[in-house]
Amino acid sequence: MERIVSETEVEIKNADGLHMRPAMQFVDVANKFDCAITVSNESNEVDGKSIMQMSMLAATCGTKLKIKADGSDAQEAISALQELVEERMFDEPPPKQKKRKIENKET
Amino acid sequence: MKFADFVCFNTLVGRLKAKDRNGAITELVNALSEGGQFASDQNKRIAKAVIKRENEASTGMGKGVALPHVKDAAVKDVVATIGQSSVGIDFSALDKQPVYSVILIISPTDNPDKHLQVMENIFKHLQNEKFRSFLRQAQTAEQIKDLLREADEKVFF
Repeated sequence: MERIVSETEVEIKNADGLHMRPAMQFVDVANKFDCAITVSNESNEVDGKSIMQMSMLAATCGTKLKIKADGSDAQEAISALQELVEERMFDEPPPKQKKRKIENKET
Repeated sequence: MKFADFVCFNTLVGRLKAKDRNGAITELVNALSEGGQFASDQNKRIAKAVIKRENEASTGMGKGVALPHVKDAAVKDVVATIGQSSVGIDFSALDKQPVYSVILIISPTDNPDKHLQVMENIFKHLQNEKFRSFLRQAQTAEQIKDLLREADEKVFF
């Protein structure tokens, strides 16, 4: 079978970051594919199909993660995971907009 | 991040009396409030919230450990305790196996990053076979405390 390696960088955009529920969603999507999937931050590379390992990433909102897929369905896996993380944001809200400080009171 | 930064050592339970999931959660919530983490009139409400979260998706991550948790304004910082079960508790865990260590975590509503760091610390140690085996063997609060202190001092790495 053809070997395809696909890679992308995603940014965690939901306010609460990659806590247990999003990590489970990620692992669920990852496990639909045959390719091997690894996810890394600056210090660790973990198995994207293992909930225990994904929880070790402690990816807070704003963290960038590299996702690497290796196998015949690598490209489909990468686009599905990218959609989950960046477009669906794990079905969670982004951080609340900080209220603009009211300065320049005088005039 | 160390265990000492979020585990309330005076609330550890060496042998849970409860034999089921909800009972274990309630027992650990009570332990945290007895240890001074929040007022006892909050116990029922917090236990209910943890159970509700658990019903949505099991936190039984496999290898005999469950990490029930919830965000609640009753705490200002992340607080956690651990209860050990000798008989094993059904948490509907991912690997369908009974749970022997229940790690209850209550996080404040406004600090998601700290919650993630706490989880990172716990999972990092749970990856370690030696740590898991010692945790499984711990039967008193003192033994759990010693294990966590040793883990903090990187005895296993």
